Amino acid sequence: MWEQIRANRRRSILLITIMAVVLALMGYTAGENIVGPGGGVIGLLVGLVIWAVQMMVYLTSAESILLNHAYAQELKREDSPRLFNVVDEMRLASGLEFMPRIYLVDDPAPNAFAVGRNPETTAIAVTSGLVHRLNRDELQGVIAHETAHLKNRDAQFMTLAAVMLGSIVILAEIVRRWTWYGGRGRSRSNSRGGDGGQAQAIILLLGLVFAILGPLMAQLLYFACSRKREFLADACGSQYTRYPEGLASALEKISQAASTSSFASKATAPLFIVNPLYAGGDEPDSVFSSHPSTAQRIRVLRSMAGASLADYEEAYRRAMGGGLIGRGSLGSAPQQSIRAPSNEGPIETRHDAQNIIHRAHGYLPVQCSCGLKFSVPEGYEEDHIRCVRCGNLLPVPAAVPPPETAAAAPPVITRAQPPLQYKRQGHGWESFRCQCGRTIQVSPGFVAPYIYCNNCGREIQVT
Amino acid sequence: MPIVVLLFVLVIIVGGIMLWIAGAYNRLVRLRNQLDNAWAQIDVQLKRRHDLIPNLVETVKGYAKHERGTLEAVIQARNLAVSAKTVAERAQAENVLTGALKSLFAVAEAYPDLKANQNFMALQEELTSTENKVAFSRQFYNDNAMTYNTQIEVFPMNFIASMFSFGRRDFFEVKAEAEREAPKVSF
Repeated sequence: MWEQIRANRRRSILLITIMAVVLALMGYTAGENIVGPGGGVIGLLVGLVIWAVQMMVYLTSAESILLNHAYAQELKREDSPRLFNVVDEMRLASGLEFMPRIYLVDDPAPNAFAVGRNPETTAIAVTSGLVHRLNRDELQGVIAHETAHLKNRDAQFMTLAAVMLGSIVILAEIVRRWTWYGGRGRSRSNSRGGDGGQAQAIILLLGLVFAILGPLMAQLLYFACSRKREFLADACGSQYTRYPEGLASALEKISQAASTSSFASKATAPLFIVNPLYAGGDEPDSVFSSHPSTAQRIRVLRSMAGASLADYEEAYRRAMGGGLIGRGSLGSAPQQSIRAPSNEGPIETRHDAQNIIHRAHGYLPVQCSCGLKFSVPEGYEEDHIRCVRCGNLLPVPAAVPPPETAAAAPPVITRAQPPLQYKRQGHGWESFRCQCGRTIQVSPGFVAPYIYCNNCGREIQVT
Repeated sequence: MPIVVLLFVLVIIVGGIMLWIAGAYNRLVRLRNQLDNAWAQIDVQLKRRHDLIPNLVETVKGYAKHERGTLEAVIQARNLAVSAKTVAERAQAENVLTGALKSLFAVAEAYPDLKANQNFMALQEELTSTENKVAFSRQFYNDNAMTYNTQIEVFPMNFIASMFSFGRRDFFEVKAEAEREAPKVSF
């Protein structure tokens, strides 16, 4: 929606400016309190340097920070073609310019989030719990919601805010500690100059105010914006899928899941589809909450008569009493009818979802003759491993030096190590270990006679 | 003196109108380009569907030699779809192809070996997903076509539209009857 995109751009610029002002003020007051009168300028400069560093960090690696914070694994198309197809479908329905990268998080609690600084660097992450518990319509609803966040540039603003918020919290902590311990020493020397005493007291007070209230106000600002956004993303998502019941039933299933996510924190919580810090997203609905109540969202979605923005607006007015979408966007949204549900089940089983994670982490799958299949972690150094069920000693699939040929040519002294050999056992996905310890995978479509190890660069002949 | 003031005011008014015309023209151009882009997307997905079909037919032939009728129907429908030209013709041909594919998948239900074949399962997923993608890109195109058509027909803009020849765009329709028909399987 054009208004939302423009509003987010305005808010991003506003946030960057406010951050600069707040950091400058915090620096100034901290400087006055810690270094003494006249030290405020130094503090101000330090504050601005911190702001510049923050902006640099944001511009270069904002998503990587947030994705690593959640232990997310990037997926390739072959890892889960069905997940890629679902995201691709939503890309077409929403008219996104670029296909977002897809990440999987190993967590049984179903949840999803979207990050991205600009259209080229967007990413969507889903948990393994989401992928095996929701059927295709429900998953499509969740992905549509995340795609709406990307299309409306919410993810852009939230990524910026998450990075800024994290650093304000840290800085406020530092300032508070310094002001508390440093201020007492200063006040003795300041009481000698009677004139400056009053100004000093005010600055001391301001410093404390910033240190204590700063993070609180930042959080309020952050959460206040994001509640309305969740409803708007629900509205746009329904328009893309033409099937609001999909998202409604997905939210219902997610709210019934009884676990919280260990990798989310207060700074990143608003990015998720339901609040990950509360089981099933069931947080008390207050001015501090980052998401609107899931029950309300489900109610609005289920009372929609059609699938357009106008239908969502009508359902929202009936359930919540106020208006949501601006007239500009509503005017051009025609009446759109809801489509029939597809009856496809979940796109991955729990086992397959785990396998994708293991493959991404470089685990080696090994099968014993007693029927047990298990995974050997990367870095395991022995050649053999015992089956945990029957005690059988199994070889770890590895690339080995080729057998010596009978007629040995006169040894040529070369720098490069001789190539290794690996014999394929079938036509499917296979993983084996290089001599340096790195796990290498070959896909069913791999037909070349050799492959190079990513880690040590050794050539391995694949036969 | 008053003549100068009058001329000045006139220049400003004319300037204002020119600016508005430029703005409106730009908006229409942007909408039309977005629409062309959406059409190109549909093209990409349709072409992908056409490219997947020979592979599917070969896979099925290996397991279900007796189903010549269904296979031939699919191949014919595909060739028709590839050679269609106008929007209406293409929409019609694609609907026929969708019907033929539905019959083929229904027939494949009777061959458990075929259903378990990895290749066939991957192709089935790809085709289902491509159908969905065609549907979604068509949806996006139709939504934008609606916005565009409305824009060139509302009161102030219709002058500009006719001045610079912005034409109305057809919708990519689905014939509901053909799609909703359940395929008949005969043994």
